[in-house]
Amino acid sequence: MTGVGASDDPRRDLASRSRWRGLEGIFWLAALSPFLLFPAHLQLASQVAITALFALSLDLLLGYSGIVSLGHAAFFGIGAYSAGLLAKGGWGEPVSGLVAAAAVAGVAGYAASFIVARVRHLALIMVTLGVGLLVHESANKAHWLTGGADGLQGVRMWPLLGRFKFDLYGYTAYGYSLIVLALAFLVVRRVVNSPFGLSLRGIRENPGRMPALGASSRSHIRTVWAFAAVLAGLAGALLAQTTETVSLATLEFQRSAEILVILILGGAGRLYGGLIGAVIFLVARDRFSGLNPQYWYFWMGLLLVLVVMALPSGILGGLARLAGFWSRARERGPTASGVAPS
Amino acid sequence: MSVAALSTRALDKRFGSLVVARGVELSLPPGARHALIGPNGAGKTTLINLITGMLAPDGGHVFLGGHDVTRLDPDQRVKRGLARTFQINALFPRLSPLEATTLAVCERSGLAARWWRQLGACRVEMDEAYEILRSLGLAPVCHRPTRELPYGQQRLLEIALALATRPRVLLLDEPAAGVPRHESAHLLAAVAGLSADLTVLLIEHDMDLVFRFASRVTVMVGGQVLVEGTPAEIAADPRVAEIYLGGARRG
Repeated sequence: MTGVGASDDPRRDLASRSRWRGLEGIFWLAALSPFLLFPAHLQLASQVAITALFALSLDLLLGYSGIVSLGHAAFFGIGAYSAGLLAKGGWGEPVSGLVAAAAVAGVAGYAASFIVARVRHLALIMVTLGVGLLVHESANKAHWLTGGADGLQGVRMWPLLGRFKFDLYGYTAYGYSLIVLALAFLVVRRVVNSPFGLSLRGIRENPGRMPALGASSRSHIRTVWAFAAVLAGLAGALLAQTTETVSLATLEFQRSAEILVILILGGAGRLYGGLIGAVIFLVARDRFSGLNPQYWYFWMGLLLVLVVMALPSGILGGLARLAGFWSRARERGPTASGVAPS
Repeated sequence: MSVAALSTRALDKRFGSLVVARGVELSLPPGARHALIGPNGAGKTTLINLITGMLAPDGGHVFLGGHDVTRLDPDQRVKRGLARTFQINALFPRLSPLEATTLAVCERSGLAARWWRQLGACRVEMDEAYEILRSLGLAPVCHRPTRELPYGQQRLLEIALALATRPRVLLLDEPAAGVPRHESAHLLAAVAGLSADLTVLLIEHDMDLVFRFASRVTVMVGGQVLVEGTPAEIAADPRVAEIYLGGARRG
């Protein structure tokens, strides 16, 4: 029955894009497995969930709107410092702190969007890079506030929902990060399947054509920047809260570059690309750095080159192509042999 | 006497020392079928860009239904009922025709800013988009990625996107450009079948199409209007024959 519907009513085909698929259920079930299978690695799992959320945020910009940012760590760091400072200042309640930090990051993102919505291509890369450097050096200079290069010390979180203490093993940390990731994912999933999401894809595909359709691309771009900044801020705040420390590394260029790599590795514009990329990148880094602590970036480099050469649209893009071959082969199968009524 | 649907007054534009528009005056009454012809480099596409706001004129004015829109951005002019197609396809390669047309409909209806509503719930918009595609014969391919469509169908999609903005004035920039003869019949039918309420300005090299379609013709040369008249007057004008129709094109 499934194959027939598409040709019957193409409008339904468009609507069905947002339907949940079985593979997604498997993915989210697998996300729970560390609790049972790898209880010694829950801190790593929490890092993965936070990075996945950060990658999801960048995917809204790069994958869905075609906007390259080399300074996305700015909003991650703003979220992290906001959450950290709030807790240091005496309010250690995690959930309200998370919301407040995301709001601060969102405001920063919206403010930045008035500059970045004006430029494209190389200029956009330079401007986002510049914004990232500005925020990083400001935090470095404001030693009295951020602790500068020493990092923010004395962040003490209250138990989550007044019940779950942030434990050494990371049960609370991973549970918390995973739930926030899942909720954010639900929202992003709705956004990309909305009329607004369709306009974002239009901007990605042909920004020059949008005004000729009466679209106010700039206001769309400002909105998506605020969105992405909120999500990046959430990720940063999660990191600050679950590790009870904030360092300048949250704002560094390397973090901006790394998240770009993770997203492209997994496959941009596919929702799950950043999530898969985060799992592979962080687990590989954990393994490689165990094998060879000094030169592990060599192996990361090799992995990157191989993946990008073999799978230009990322790991998920490659898998989708494979699935396409398989389903076409299967479609041919029954028509050749005839479908026997049981 | 009714107000012109589209008019320009003394439009000037130069790039450095190159004059691409000089004192261009056009006036199209509602429902007009007006063609704009001229040799390559006459400034036809520049004029379209000036009218739609993609270029800012150095002098002069553009009026839509009597309102001066010279200072409006392109997207604001579209919202006031001015749509165009592009001489070189300007489509969305990885979107399907249905997605692209729905996008245009949603931008018009104001839905495009809604991020919580699901596309699947926008039945009215999708139905409208589908209806436009169906009327242009694109229904069978409406869910394939645009980049996979044959060139002729991509040209039709250009028109579909423009129609989705529900224009009162439509500028067609060489709709048949590059379309092979055997594919062009559908395109000509689409242009001929446009609603009579719509005011259409057609830029075209194909003289058959111009003379079949237009009730008025403007000839541009070197950024200036050379002459305006009925197709018969234009065909009989010796200056036009010399400058434009002369030479190898029509032996």
